Amino acid sequence: MPIVVLAVLAALVALLPAAVPWLRFVFIITIASGFAALGVAVLLRAGLISIGHALFYAVGAYAVAFLMRATGTTDLFLLLAAAVVVSGLAGLVVGAFMVRYRAIFFAMLNLAVSMVVFSLLSKLYGLTGGSDGMRVATPTLVGSALDREAFNAVFLYVVIGLFVAAGILVQLYFRSPMGEALAAVETNEVRLEYLGVSVRGVLLSAYVLSAMLAGLGGAIAGIAIGHVVPEMAYWTESGHFVLVAVLGGIAGPAGPFIGAIFLEVLRTLASGFAAETWNLVVGVALLLVIFFLPEGLYGIGAKLFRRRGAQ
Amino acid sequence: MTPPILKVENLRIAFGGVAAADGVELEIAAGEFMAIIGPNGAGKTTFLNLCTGYVKPATGSVLFEGRDITGLSPRAITRRGIARAFQIPQLFAGHSLLENVMLALAARHGIRQVLAPLDREAYRVEGRALLELVGLETAAGQPVSELPEGMRKLADIALALALKPRLLLMDEPTSGVSAQEKYALMGTLMQVLKTEGITALFVEHDMEIVRTYAGRVLVWDSGKVLASGAPEAVLADERVIRSVVGAV
Repeated sequence: MPIVVLAVLAALVALLPAAVPWLRFVFIITIASGFAALGVAVLLRAGLISIGHALFYAVGAYAVAFLMRATGTTDLFLLLAAAVVVSGLAGLVVGAFMVRYRAIFFAMLNLAVSMVVFSLLSKLYGLTGGSDGMRVATPTLVGSALDREAFNAVFLYVVIGLFVAAGILVQLYFRSPMGEALAAVETNEVRLEYLGVSVRGVLLSAYVLSAMLAGLGGAIAGIAIGHVVPEMAYWTESGHFVLVAVLGGIAGPAGPFIGAIFLEVLRTLASGFAAETWNLVVGVALLLVIFFLPEGLYGIGAKLFRRRGAQ
Repeated sequence: MTPPILKVENLRIAFGGVAAADGVELEIAAGEFMAIIGPNGAGKTTFLNLCTGYVKPATGSVLFEGRDITGLSPRAITRRGIARAFQIPQLFAGHSLLENVMLALAARHGIRQVLAPLDREAYRVEGRALLELVGLETAAGQPVSELPEGMRKLADIALALALKPRLLLMDEPTSGVSAQEKYALMGTLMQVLKTEGITALFVEHDMEIVRTYAGRVLVWDSGKVLASGAPEAVLADERVIRSVVGAV
């Protein structure tokens, strides 16, 4: 079922921009935030809410900018791979501390660390460009330099490919012993320890994975926008990722991407038809999902699929 | 002489001035099936907590197969070969019964697998065999949260057995199990323990169960071992009747 949803989503996202070219950029940014929301969703499976994952989103984005500036690397795939590695390392360092905490303490500590990084990015002007941020040039694709428009056309399909690959890998992880143990953390940590399983080890591996996903999202956003700014680490961005994950649902990896697309469409329509009150529209939509779709938007498809399966 | 599988020396711990273990000395030989009895609040569960690392003793040591395990985490102690079944069954509520057992099997074989599925043929076969052993094969697909208490108790024991421990500690294995099912459960359990060569220590309040199945009884009172020996002799002891059996 999750693979079918992923395939349908990927086909939709792949075909639409061919007809409407300006959608390319919107889709790239939407998928980028879907990656970060997927990272949040990984931790939500253990019942942990991170309100600080914009930290890794920014780490991924700035890793690309720094790598370009410091080493002159321009290859898209090298930049993305480096961003994932750097975000994973950041996740390992921060996560080693975070996995000791639960519930509100986990959420608030993530928020605190992300705000420290936001402040550092804003204040270290000489290094990060401060609030002006850093420019990200258009990368090369396997040695070929393309103009921004042509690059974005290809980049969209690269991003869709990554989205499908990440979705499949995360789904395999969810079904693996480690992934099932992650879900078991929420229901019975004591029993897990009494099975000889390190709960902190399970959580740390999930934290690193979630940081890598958020970092990949940040790198994609930075490359697509051509600019990285400290606001990428700001707490409202983290809140946005949580919102996307909850809207989409965490039962499968497609959920956060569905949430990201839904929110983007809703935001576009709401700002077009109710410019003054679009935040209210988004808030009402979230409340409706929380009250009537506890499994998120993904849950609608999953429920239909289960019903058909039962018949 | 074979060294004891579990040896406890001068174990002490108190909670708010009340001693739960007060200089406890104890040895359990491999293959024994020992019952711990005593009034509520005597420190029986605390003793299991001390042996499995959930609580650290103030003084004293716990030796498992000759090696000191005092102060180790429950995880480290479990990995050394001691498994535990709880008074209140500790299961994974979001998973089915078979998934619970498969998770325990994965824990034994190595949980660090991130791409191979938990739900695989080898675990399914072994998991179903284990559930059949404890008489739960028909409930394999049911969510554990929907099982009656007696079955949850058995499921909790099945998780401990899935680890293939050398020592199994059980806290009131028959509580919550119906009167007619108690003996079937204990009979099955005894058979599994004998077949697998597992030494067991169990806390129990039902004296008939103790009399029927325990090879040795340990009487616990106010953090101390009041008496120890064969069930017939211990349960006939005046002090035991007065302080423990009468209080049950």
